[in-house]
Amino acid sequence: MNYKDLLRKDKMPHIWCPGCGHGMVLSAFLRALAKKDFDPDNVAVISGIGCSSRASGYLDFNTLHTTHGRAIPFATGIKMAKPGLKVIVLTGDGDSTAIGGNHLIHAARRNIELTVIVFNNNIYGMTSGQYSPLTPHMKLATTAPYGNIDYPFDLVNLAKGAGATFVARSATVQPRHLEKVIGQGLDHNGFSLIEVITQCPTYFGRKNKMGSPVDMLQWQRENTSTTGKEGTIPLGIFAQEERPEYGENYFELIKTLGEGKSGE
Amino acid sequence: MASKFQVSILPKYCKGCGICVSVCPKQVLALGKDKAQVEHADQCIGCLNCEYHCPDFALTVTEGGNDE
Repeated sequence: MNYKDLLRKDKMPHIWCPGCGHGMVLSAFLRALAKKDFDPDNVAVISGIGCSSRASGYLDFNTLHTTHGRAIPFATGIKMAKPGLKVIVLTGDGDSTAIGGNHLIHAARRNIELTVIVFNNNIYGMTSGQYSPLTPHMKLATTAPYGNIDYPFDLVNLAKGAGATFVARSATVQPRHLEKVIGQGLDHNGFSLIEVITQCPTYFGRKNKMGSPVDMLQWQRENTSTTGKEGTIPLGIFAQEERPEYGENYFELIKTLGEGKSGE
Repeated sequence: MASKFQVSILPKYCKGCGICVSVCPKQVLALGKDKAQVEHADQCIGCLNCEYHCPDFALTVTEGGNDE
């Protein structure tokens, strides 16, 4: 299957700014998915609010564009009602770690089978560049004109600590690596989280004088590494373990209780 | 020598960000007025860097399109 056939062509071209990395994440996700043996009708893509969350509108699956931060709760409901569906959450750094932070850690703790792809552009782009929980320390944002005094979450360690059974990080500058880890996340039986470092040339880039989209990709090239180079942001898979999935436990419990019923 | 590969650009999708131009190892692409365009089609080695880096689904590299 050609990955571009999974787009809703009548909604294209998409709304993202020139050079925005979100289209690169979407492209890698579709390439990873197109390589699998699947029926698009058995895929549900859920998103919250933000630039990243516009992604669901361009995809020809079952899609839901939900309220701010609540993509994971909606996805949880869908997965429990229809366990046969492949449920994928496309969300942003603000959406998933600020207003949706609680949902994120509890879904990880439960190990419910969702693939959560976090488009981390370090800023709230749609609402004009407020700092998010993933804006690095002392970087500039509309709401931090003298620098952000907060320290960001390390999303990989946050998800790992919360009990996620598959955690990976990739970057838009590495589209093949990105496609590969998303593919592995999609295959994982349990909660999987993939953080993707993506560029926002319009707000984060401009505020922090990072130059053009090409310059921002060069920054990623120099500051990320798949081989653990010192002083760079590590990319790769940081957790991959098997643990009973939430839905499996739930339906097993129902079955056991049913068997114990008297008179049946 | 003609290339085995054909690079096509959908102008309607392209926003002229220049990422494809920067990742092409053979300078096949160039930035026109406000869109990317194919400059040296015969140089394409089919690495797919441009297609995989394009944020706008505007680029497609196909094999065997450029026979003449």
